[in-house]
Amino acid sequence: MALLDVKDMTQYFGGLCAVSEFSVALEEGQLAALIGPNGAGKTTVFNLVSGFYKPTRGEILFKGRSIKGLKPHDVTARGIARTFQNIRLWFDMTVLDNIRIAQYHALGYGLLDCFLRTPRYMKREREIEEHAMNVLERLGLREVAGEFPKNLPYGVQRLVEIARALSIKPALLMLDEPAAGLNSSDVEGLIKLIGDIHKDFGLAIWMIEHQMDVVMSLCSWIKVIDFGATIAEGTPEEIQNNPEVIKAYLGDDTI
Amino acid sequence: MKRLSVPALLAAVFAVLVWASQTGAMNIYWQSVVMFMGVNIILSSSLNIINGNMGEFSCGHAGFMAVGAYVSSVLSVALFAKSAAFGDPLLSPHLAVWIFPLVLLAGALAASLVGLLVAIPSFKTRGDYLAIITIAAAYIVKSTIENIGIIGGARGFMGMSSVMRAMNDTANLPWIMIWVVLGTIFSVWLIRRFIYSTFGKGVDAISQDEIAAEIMSVDTDRVKLVAFMVSCGLAGLAGGLFAHILGYVNPGSFTILKSTEVMVMVYLGGMGSLSGSVLSAILITLLMEALRPLQIVKWVVIPLLLVLLMQFRPEGIMGRRELADVFPGLRKFYKFKG
Repeated sequence: MALLDVKDMTQYFGGLCAVSEFSVALEEGQLAALIGPNGAGKTTVFNLVSGFYKPTRGEILFKGRSIKGLKPHDVTARGIARTFQNIRLWFDMTVLDNIRIAQYHALGYGLLDCFLRTPRYMKREREIEEHAMNVLERLGLREVAGEFPKNLPYGVQRLVEIARALSIKPALLMLDEPAAGLNSSDVEGLIKLIGDIHKDFGLAIWMIEHQMDVVMSLCSWIKVIDFGATIAEGTPEEIQNNPEVIKAYLGDDTI
Repeated sequence: MKRLSVPALLAAVFAVLVWASQTGAMNIYWQSVVMFMGVNIILSSSLNIINGNMGEFSCGHAGFMAVGAYVSSVLSVALFAKSAAFGDPLLSPHLAVWIFPLVLLAGALAASLVGLLVAIPSFKTRGDYLAIITIAAAYIVKSTIENIGIIGGARGFMGMSSVMRAMNDTANLPWIMIWVVLGTIFSVWLIRRFIYSTFGKGVDAISQDEIAAEIMSVDTDRVKLVAFMVSCGLAGLAGGLFAHILGYVNPGSFTILKSTEVMVMVYLGGMGSLSGSVLSAILITLLMEALRPLQIVKWVVIPLLLVLLMQFRPEGIMGRRELADVFPGLRKFYKFKG
């Protein structure tokens, strides 16, 4: 059984078909990519899976259960974490607090515990903080735990965002253009980082990416969409030589 | 020492205030100033949850205060006093001392339920639109009260002073001062525990980036619901105390002017700063008293202060920081966070 099984997902915005008959089956631990020219509908696919939109038609199964129509926080609580194209950290809160808040799905206490500081509250708060520090440690971010993200360089902010997504302990991590805005040496670091995360945390990663060296060196399986429709899928080698893909990216040579 | 310094300080303040009110070392005028200070502290620190931490704009705080004021007044008069509206007391007036906190709590609960009127629309609405809903909610409350005959309608409702007298007959202590000081400490303590928990930090997360909050597993609807209910409930508690200090309430005390006054306190203190809200509530109360000789001109001077504040220090006295961030030396005496 596939970890994420999307069947014939279709999304209309008014009369515009943003995503049409999109299907994908991601296995546990798979590293896959979703590529396509600008405006192809890639981010819409991510938004549909993570619950921001409810698809017009089709089915989304995660671990065999339907997640279609769930609120984003419920989808995340079931084990799908994602990052955004532009960084969406809480910039006026410390890095540690950023990670702590991402443990909301597993808070394990209510308002009364919080008022009365019950043993359960104290225990969970301690565990949450320990867990957050562990995640930061693993990504080499321990030193910046007390900093505000707004004061950190762009590359580190990206890293914090990935750390925050990982702290949810997802089974599937969706990265929306993780290499956007990084220079070439940062990109090399990112490729290594994503590879390491994939190995260490044993999770499936699905990414949208424009930088082909990231996609080709990491992903075992690629899906290409254009104008909401799937135009190709397969291994990196197959995609590189696919005439449809070349046409979508570079245009037709007939005039 | 770190653990006990704040409780010890509060206990000392409490003891001094009660002693001074009992012996008359503090005259009636100053007693009432101190009590209104307490009410204002509760109002501004509770509004701060919505306007400061959550980054919404509620202009209807006086409405929730009115709910608390009326519910607790009606309850206390019906239970412990002889009145034209409700006849003989339902319970012995001597029980007032023991049951009064529950009466206040009932007012707070009622106010937090009315807070749903704002909390539920907040799931879908933000910013200016929600601000208009908060004004509407306050007007709904005010006109409802004005049209209920049995509680006096627009003329107001009285009889709470006989409840306070009944408490005095039971034990000769400055009861209202005791309740106000305890209520203030209780409220600030509650808010502090709320906003420093991971649970409460969800409120800040919503203000800084709601979409990120939702995707990072924060149940934003639930957080908004809880934040609005806590905030409105405490406004209700402040209202209950306010009504019992005056011994008389009327709908005219809970207009948009009152809400504005509380908003000024929040913005002067610094949005999202609990200690800022407390400090500015104290400052504004003193300022209002100091400007009393100006009479109506007071309402020119105070708004003018707000204009100047927004021009020269828009982040308020404390900004987003707390006392311990401004004076790190204080950390030696108490643990501010956690």
